[in-house]
Amino acid sequence: MTSLGSYLHRHPRLRLAGLLSAPLLWLVVAYLGALAVLLVSAFWTVNGFTGGVVRRFSLQNFRTLLAEEVYRAVTLRSIGVAAAVTVLCVVLAVPMAFFMAKVASARARHALVIAILTPLWASYLVKAYAWRILLANGGPIDTLLGGPGHGPGYGLPATVIVLSYLWLPYMILPIYAGLERLPDSLLEASADLGARAGRTFRAVVLPMLVPSIFAGSIFTFSLSLGDYIAVQIVGGKTQLIGNLVYANIGAANNLPFAAAIATVPVVIMVIYLFAVRRSGALEEL
Amino acid sequence: MTLSGPARWALRLFMVAGLTFIYVPLLLVLVNSFNGDRTFAWPPHDLTTRWWSAAWENEGARQALITSIRAGLGATVFALVLGTMVAFAVQRFAFFGRDTISLLVVLPIALPGIVTGIALDSAWRSVMGDLGIGKGLFSVVVGHATFCVVTVYNNVLARLRRTGTNLEDASADLGASPSQTFRYVTFPLIRSALLAGGLLAFALSFDEIIVTTFTAGPGVTTLPIWIFNNLFRPNQAPVVNVVAAVLIVFSVLPVWLAQRLAGPEAGASRT
Repeated sequence: MTSLGSYLHRHPRLRLAGLLSAPLLWLVVAYLGALAVLLVSAFWTVNGFTGGVVRRFSLQNFRTLLAEEVYRAVTLRSIGVAAAVTVLCVVLAVPMAFFMAKVASARARHALVIAILTPLWASYLVKAYAWRILLANGGPIDTLLGGPGHGPGYGLPATVIVLSYLWLPYMILPIYAGLERLPDSLLEASADLGARAGRTFRAVVLPMLVPSIFAGSIFTFSLSLGDYIAVQIVGGKTQLIGNLVYANIGAANNLPFAAAIATVPVVIMVIYLFAVRRSGALEEL
Repeated sequence: MTLSGPARWALRLFMVAGLTFIYVPLLLVLVNSFNGDRTFAWPPHDLTTRWWSAAWENEGARQALITSIRAGLGATVFALVLGTMVAFAVQRFAFFGRDTISLLVVLPIALPGIVTGIALDSAWRSVMGDLGIGKGLFSVVVGHATFCVVTVYNNVLARLRRTGTNLEDASADLGASPSQTFRYVTFPLIRSALLAGGLLAFALSFDEIIVTTFTAGPGVTTLPIWIFNNLFRPNQAPVVNVVAAVLIVFSVLPVWLAQRLAGPEAGASRT
């Protein structure tokens, strides 16, 4: 053992190879490989009679995806939902994080961080389920708003609310971390130079928070884009990209077409990740 | 910046409203688990503990819990090993493509779960299926570990960055062999980061439903899958609610543990 250890110690390249081989085998060969196969299979088709996969290059799936109204509508709706959820989370998270980092006392801050963290560990399904009860016809929200049918009920607005609810802590935490790193002296300097609170916020705080907000948005955006569970629980008949992918694997048994639909969120997310990487958002995760 | 009194109060009110928004749904589940009415008539008029005993005796829920724990432990072990290896490689060596590694590690969690799910599913069927290894609990572990690596990686990487190599160099100068240095110096330094990362990995796995749906073999039912399967069955609703309430109560545990073990900043990132 010791001799092997010292041998490795004298050969750093070998050590590096040893450290990287297993993870890369897993992440590059297995995971990226699987993704690549999925991407390739998006160009295959399914034989209408036998149901077997025809492994020949064809743009058929993408043509259908672009040509049919329903797919365009669902894609746009999904992007819209993801964007709405992200915006809603930012709007809720920034004041909360700001209060936590800059207004609350040190003790309260610690308690608040725990209060925000704890629900993250509660099950995703449990939270979606809680909203199913809250939003039920004649449920608590309806009762609060004046009787059955007065609340939003199940549907697209409910989906946006519930997804925002689910991902809100993922937005609060990076913004809080960003604000905590922001030295108070900068804020004081801005005040000394005559800026009011609003101006300081716009000109000093917000620009420095951009990487943190992007980091949070990776979660809110991506998680919303791929979701098909919450929307089944509270979305009524609403369909998102995830539902289409799921339906094409399950009921329709058309893996190539499912893969073609799945490339849509992947392409969007990869572009998004590369775009926000420049701002240093990945370091904030 | 000097905030005016009203501005401070507005922020405070906003915080209270935000916390209410976060906690009311969870409290509702807790209260409902004692709601005597099967359809959760609101407000509840009689309280009962019979759903709790019904849930305790529910064999399906209990089996699902055990499956979830096994999958979570398996995924955590893989994630700990792989995540630590990548973190050491990235922090201690300079090599071609180092900058893309962080992107690669984040990718499984950044891409929509359904994409990871179907990619792993079809790959498993075409590669492992040919080898005669069908989907089962192990494929769930593999799927979960893929997106759990990032939690360990991030925690260990941050720790390695902060501690530097001085202590290890000192250990080597004092004549310790590399394995002694690892045992007595490096490992104690990263232990709490491993715990925090491992805890996060377990929680991510325990909560995962989408990737599980696609990687689970027939008969492998994790707790989220069990909940989802029973969610739309009206006569199972009270039992599902109790399981949900239990999960809410237990979600306090890892936060408490992380605080105890690794200080307030541990668990601050769930990525």
